[in-house]
Amino acid sequence: MNPSGDTQLARDLLNGSPEAFDHFVEAYNAKLFRYSYAMCHQREDAEEVAQETLLKVFQNLDQLQDPERLKPWIFRIAKNACLMKRRKSVFAPKEELSLDELRPFKDGEQRLQIADWGPLPDRAAQDSELRLALDSAVADLPDLYRAVFLLRDVEQLSTEDAAEILGISNDAVKTRLHRARLALRQQLDEHLRGATV
Amino acid sequence: MNRDCSSIFALLSGYLDRDLPPVECAELEQHIQSCAPCVAFVDSLKKSVQLGKGYAPASDVPALAPETKQKLQEAYQRMLAARKP
Repeated sequence: MNPSGDTQLARDLLNGSPEAFDHFVEAYNAKLFRYSYAMCHQREDAEEVAQETLLKVFQNLDQLQDPERLKPWIFRIAKNACLMKRRKSVFAPKEELSLDELRPFKDGEQRLQIADWGPLPDRAAQDSELRLALDSAVADLPDLYRAVFLLRDVEQLSTEDAAEILGISNDAVKTRLHRARLALRQQLDEHLRGATV
Repeated sequence: MNRDCSSIFALLSGYLDRDLPPVECAELEQHIQSCAPCVAFVDSLKKSVQLGKGYAPASDVPALAPETKQKLQEAYQRMLAARKP
Protein backbone atom coordinates (compact mmCIF):
# COMPACT_ATOMS: atom_id res chain seq x y z
CA MET A 1 0.00 0.00 0.00
CA ASN A 2 1.65 3.26 -1.07
CA PRO A 3 1.49 6.48 0.98
CA SER A 4 -1.17 8.09 -1.22
CA GLY A 5 -3.20 4.87 -0.92
CA ASP A 6 -3.01 5.18 2.86
CA THR A 7 -4.10 8.82 2.69
CA GLN A 8 -7.16 7.94 0.63
CA LEU A 9 -7.86 5.03 2.97
CA ALA A 10 -7.83 7.41 5.96
CA ARG A 11 -10.26 9.75 4.17
CA ASP A 12 -12.55 6.84 3.25
CA LEU A 13 -12.51 5.55 6.82
CA LEU A 14 -13.42 8.97 8.17
CA ASN A 15 -16.27 9.09 5.66
CA GLY A 16 -17.63 5.80 7.02
CA SER A 17 -16.90 3.57 4.04
CA PRO A 18 -17.62 -0.12 4.89
CA GLU A 19 -15.22 -1.22 2.14
CA ALA A 20 -12.48 0.93 3.66
CA PHE A 21 -13.07 -0.68 7.05
CA ASP A 22 -12.66 -4.20 5.65
CA HIS A 23 -9.64 -3.25 3.56
CA PHE A 24 -7.99 -1.42 6.42
CA VAL A 25 -8.53 -4.21 8.97
CA GLU A 26 -7.15 -6.86 6.65
CA ALA A 27 -4.12 -4.88 5.51
CA TYR A 28 -3.13 -3.39 8.83
CA ASN A 29 -3.77 -6.51 10.91
CA ALA A 30 -1.09 -8.19 8.79
CA LYS A 31 1.31 -5.23 8.86
CA LEU A 32 0.93 -4.73 12.60
CA PHE A 33 1.25 -8.42 13.41
CA ARG A 34 4.46 -8.72 11.38
CA TYR A 35 5.97 -5.59 12.90
CA SER A 36 5.02 -6.63 16.43
CA TYR A 37 6.18 -10.20 15.96
CA ALA A 38 9.56 -8.99 14.78
CA MET A 39 9.80 -6.67 17.78
CA CYS A 40 8.26 -8.85 20.52
CA HIS A 41 9.29 -12.32 19.29
CA GLN A 42 6.11 -13.76 20.83
CA ARG A 43 3.23 -14.76 18.59
CA GLU A 44 0.59 -14.17 21.29
CA ASP A 45 2.02 -10.75 22.18
CA ALA A 46 2.15 -9.77 18.52
CA GLU A 47 -1.47 -10.83 18.00
CA GLU A 48 -2.55 -8.76 21.01
CA VAL A 49 -0.50 -5.74 19.94
CA ALA A 50 -2.07 -5.82 16.47
CA GLN A 51 -5.59 -6.04 17.89
CA GLU A 52 -5.03 -3.40 20.59
CA THR A 53 -3.54 -1.06 18.01
CA LEU A 54 -6.47 -1.52 15.61
CA LEU A 55 -8.90 -0.87 18.46
CA LYS A 56 -7.11 2.33 19.46
CA VAL A 57 -7.07 3.44 15.85
CA PHE A 58 -10.84 3.09 15.54
CA GLN A 59 -11.45 4.69 18.94
CA ASN A 60 -9.28 7.71 18.11
CA LEU A 61 -9.36 8.07 14.34
CA ASP A 62 -11.28 11.33 14.63
CA GLN A 63 -8.24 12.81 16.36
CA LEU A 64 -6.05 12.21 13.31
CA GLN A 65 -5.54 15.76 12.07
CA ASP A 66 -3.90 14.94 8.76
CA PRO A 67 -4.92 11.84 6.75
CA GLU A 68 -1.43 11.76 5.24
CA ARG A 69 -0.11 10.91 8.72
CA LEU A 70 -2.20 7.72 9.04
CA LYS A 71 0.62 5.20 8.75
CA PRO A 72 3.17 6.87 11.06
CA TRP A 73 0.37 7.55 13.57
CA ILE A 74 -0.59 3.86 13.59
CA PHE A 75 2.98 2.66 13.96
CA ARG A 76 3.56 5.04 16.86
CA ILE A 77 0.58 3.43 18.61
CA ALA A 78 1.96 -0.02 17.77
CA LYS A 79 5.42 0.85 19.04
CA ASN A 80 3.96 2.01 22.36
CA ALA A 81 1.87 -1.16 22.60
CA CYS A 82 5.02 -3.23 22.02
CA LEU A 83 6.77 -1.33 24.79
CA MET A 84 3.92 -2.07 27.17
CA LYS A 85 4.17 -5.75 26.32
CA ARG A 86 7.88 -5.90 26.74
CA ARG A 87 8.08 -3.59 29.76
CA LYS A 88 11.29 -2.15 28.43
CA SER A 89 12.23 0.60 26.07
CA VAL A 90 13.50 0.37 22.52
CA PHE A 91 14.79 3.89 23.11
CA ALA A 92 17.75 2.55 25.03
CA PRO A 93 19.71 0.13 22.91
CA LYS A 94 21.47 -2.47 25.01
CA GLU A 95 23.80 -3.29 22.19
CA GLU A 96 25.44 -1.15 19.52
CA LEU A 97 26.58 -2.34 16.11
CA SER A 98 30.12 -1.24 15.40
CA LEU A 99 30.87 -0.06 11.88
CA ASP A 100 34.32 -1.66 12.14
CA GLU A 101 32.79 -5.08 12.79
CA LEU A 102 30.67 -4.75 9.67
CA ARG A 103 33.48 -3.91 7.25
CA PRO A 104 34.13 -6.56 4.61
CA PHE A 105 37.89 -6.24 5.18
CA LYS A 106 39.53 -6.54 8.54
CA ASP A 107 42.95 -5.13 9.32
CA GLY A 108 45.66 -7.19 7.66
CA GLU A 109 43.36 -8.85 5.15
CA GLN A 110 44.17 -8.18 1.51
CA ARG A 111 41.34 -9.85 -0.36
CA LEU A 112 37.64 -9.28 -0.15
CA GLN A 113 35.84 -12.47 0.90
CA ILE A 114 32.39 -12.19 -0.59
CA ALA A 115 29.77 -14.73 -1.66
CA ASP A 116 28.29 -15.03 -5.12
CA TRP A 117 25.23 -12.77 -4.88
CA GLY A 118 24.57 -13.08 -8.63
CA PRO A 119 21.32 -15.12 -8.53
CA LEU A 120 19.78 -12.88 -5.86
CA PRO A 121 17.29 -11.51 -5.09
CA ASP A 122 15.31 -13.30 -7.84
CA ARG A 123 15.81 -16.75 -6.31
CA ALA A 124 14.95 -15.63 -2.80
CA ALA A 125 11.27 -16.53 -3.12
CA GLN A 126 12.16 -20.17 -3.80
CA ASP A 127 14.97 -20.39 -1.28
CA SER A 128 13.49 -21.30 2.10
CA GLU A 129 16.92 -21.53 3.73
CA LEU A 130 17.70 -17.99 2.63
CA ARG A 131 14.39 -16.78 4.07
CA LEU A 132 15.25 -18.49 7.37
CA ALA A 133 18.71 -16.90 7.28
CA LEU A 134 17.09 -13.48 6.79
CA ASP A 135 14.63 -14.21 9.61
CA SER A 136 17.52 -15.12 11.88
CA ALA A 137 19.55 -12.07 10.82
CA VAL A 138 16.62 -9.73 11.56
CA ALA A 139 16.03 -11.40 14.94
CA ASP A 140 19.72 -10.96 15.80
CA LEU A 141 19.63 -7.18 15.24
CA PRO A 142 19.68 -5.15 18.45
CA ASP A 143 16.18 -3.77 19.23
CA LEU A 144 16.55 -0.20 18.02
CA TYR A 145 18.32 -1.25 14.83
CA ARG A 146 15.56 -3.76 14.14
CA ALA A 147 12.90 -1.12 14.85
CA VAL A 148 14.54 1.29 12.38
CA PHE A 149 14.94 -1.43 9.74
CA LEU A 150 11.27 -2.47 10.05
CA LEU A 151 9.94 1.07 9.81
CA ARG A 152 12.27 2.32 7.06
CA ASP A 153 12.92 -0.65 4.80
CA VAL A 154 9.96 -2.96 5.41
CA GLU A 155 7.22 -0.36 5.94
CA GLN A 156 9.04 2.21 3.80
CA LEU A 157 8.28 5.09 6.12
CA SER A 158 10.40 8.21 5.69
CA THR A 159 13.45 8.95 7.82
CA GLU A 160 11.48 11.76 9.46
CA ASP A 161 8.49 9.54 10.28
CA ALA A 162 10.69 6.76 11.69
CA ALA A 163 12.55 9.34 13.80
CA GLU A 164 9.28 10.72 15.16
CA ILE A 165 7.88 7.27 15.96
CA LEU A 166 11.03 6.14 17.76
CA GLY A 167 11.82 9.48 19.39
CA ILE A 168 15.32 9.74 17.93
CA SER A 169 17.00 12.14 15.50
CA ASN A 170 16.96 11.81 11.72
CA ASP A 171 20.72 11.25 11.79
CA ALA A 172 20.32 8.43 14.31
CA VAL A 173 17.75 6.78 12.03
CA LYS A 174 20.16 7.01 9.07
CA THR A 175 23.11 5.69 11.04
CA ARG A 176 21.18 2.80 12.54
CA LEU A 177 19.53 1.89 9.25
CA HIS A 178 22.93 1.72 7.55
CA ARG A 179 24.38 -0.49 10.26
CA ALA A 180 21.28 -2.70 10.32
CA ARG A 181 21.59 -3.17 6.55
CA LEU A 182 25.29 -3.96 6.85
CA ALA A 183 24.60 -6.48 9.60
CA LEU A 184 21.93 -8.18 7.49
CA ARG A 185 24.27 -8.19 4.49
CA GLN A 186 27.03 -9.71 6.57
CA GLN A 187 24.85 -12.55 7.89
CA LEU A 188 23.36 -13.25 4.46
CA ASP A 189 26.84 -13.25 2.94
CA GLU A 190 27.97 -15.81 5.52
CA HIS A 191 24.90 -17.91 4.72
CA LEU A 192 25.57 -17.73 0.98
CA ARG A 193 29.22 -18.65 1.42
CA GLY A 194 28.15 -21.72 3.32
CA ALA A 195 25.50 -22.75 0.79
CA THR A 196 25.30 -23.38 -2.92
CA VAL A 197 22.96 -20.79 -4.35
CA MET B 1 40.53 -2.00 2.22
CA ASN B 2 42.34 1.12 1.11
CA ARG B 3 41.65 4.62 2.42
CA ASP B 4 39.16 5.44 -0.32
CA CYS B 5 37.15 2.29 0.33
CA SER B 6 37.11 3.06 4.05
CA SER B 7 35.98 6.60 3.47
CA ILE B 8 32.93 5.56 1.45
CA PHE B 9 31.90 2.66 3.66
CA ALA B 10 29.76 4.77 5.98
CA LEU B 11 28.03 6.51 3.08
CA LEU B 12 26.71 3.53 1.13
CA SER B 13 23.13 3.51 2.44
CA GLY B 14 22.89 7.22 1.73
CA TYR B 15 24.15 6.46 -1.76
CA LEU B 16 21.63 3.66 -2.33
CA ASP B 17 18.82 5.85 -0.96
CA ARG B 18 19.94 8.78 -3.19
CA ASP B 19 20.28 10.79 -0.03
CA LEU B 20 23.82 12.14 -0.52
CA PRO B 21 24.80 15.66 -1.58
CA PRO B 22 25.61 15.67 -5.35
CA VAL B 23 29.34 16.31 -4.85
CA GLU B 24 29.71 13.45 -2.37
CA CYS B 25 27.67 11.17 -4.60
CA ALA B 26 29.85 11.97 -7.64
CA GLU B 27 33.05 11.29 -5.67
CA LEU B 28 31.68 8.02 -4.42
CA GLU B 29 30.62 6.91 -7.90
CA GLN B 30 34.01 7.84 -9.28
CA HIS B 31 35.69 5.63 -6.69
CA ILE B 32 33.30 2.70 -7.15
CA GLN B 33 33.78 2.69 -10.93
CA SER B 34 37.48 2.02 -10.49
CA CYS B 35 37.31 -0.39 -7.57
CA ALA B 36 36.18 -3.97 -8.26
CA PRO B 37 35.86 -4.95 -4.56
CA CYS B 38 33.58 -1.95 -3.96
CA VAL B 39 31.47 -2.88 -6.98
CA ALA B 40 30.97 -6.35 -5.52
CA PHE B 41 30.31 -5.02 -2.04
CA VAL B 42 27.81 -2.37 -3.17
CA ASP B 43 26.04 -4.97 -5.29
CA SER B 44 25.73 -7.31 -2.31
CA LEU B 45 24.49 -4.48 -0.07
CA LYS B 46 21.97 -3.37 -2.69
CA LYS B 47 20.61 -6.92 -3.01
CA SER B 48 20.56 -7.30 0.73
CA VAL B 49 18.46 -4.12 1.00
CA GLN B 50 16.11 -5.45 -1.69
CA LEU B 51 15.68 -8.68 0.27
CA GLY B 52 15.16 -6.72 3.46
CA LYS B 53 12.40 -4.64 1.91
CA GLY B 54 10.49 -7.82 1.17
CA TYR B 55 11.01 -9.21 4.65
CA ALA B 56 8.13 -10.83 6.53
CA PRO B 57 8.58 -12.98 9.64
CA ALA B 58 8.17 -16.71 9.10
CA SER B 59 5.11 -16.79 11.37
CA ASP B 60 1.76 -16.75 9.53
CA VAL B 61 -0.54 -13.82 10.20
CA PRO B 62 -3.48 -15.03 12.34
CA ALA B 63 -6.94 -14.16 11.03
CA LEU B 64 -9.03 -11.93 13.26
CA ALA B 65 -11.74 -13.77 15.16
CA PRO B 66 -15.29 -12.69 14.19
CA GLU B 67 -15.90 -11.31 17.71
CA THR B 68 -12.70 -9.23 17.49
CA LYS B 69 -13.75 -7.83 14.14
CA GLN B 70 -17.17 -7.05 15.60
CA LYS B 71 -15.53 -5.19 18.50
CA LEU B 72 -13.49 -3.13 16.01
CA GLN B 73 -16.60 -2.41 13.95
CA GLU B 74 -18.44 -1.19 17.05
CA ALA B 75 -15.55 1.09 18.04
CA TYR B 76 -15.47 2.42 14.47
CA GLN B 77 -19.21 3.14 14.45
CA ARG B 78 -19.01 4.87 17.86
CA MET B 79 -16.17 7.05 16.58
CA LEU B 80 -18.15 7.96 13.46
CA ALA B 81 -21.27 8.73 15.49
CA ALA B 82 -19.34 10.94 17.90
CA ARG B 83 -17.86 13.12 15.14
CA LYS B 84 -21.20 13.83 13.45
CA PRO B 85 -22.37 17.41 14.13
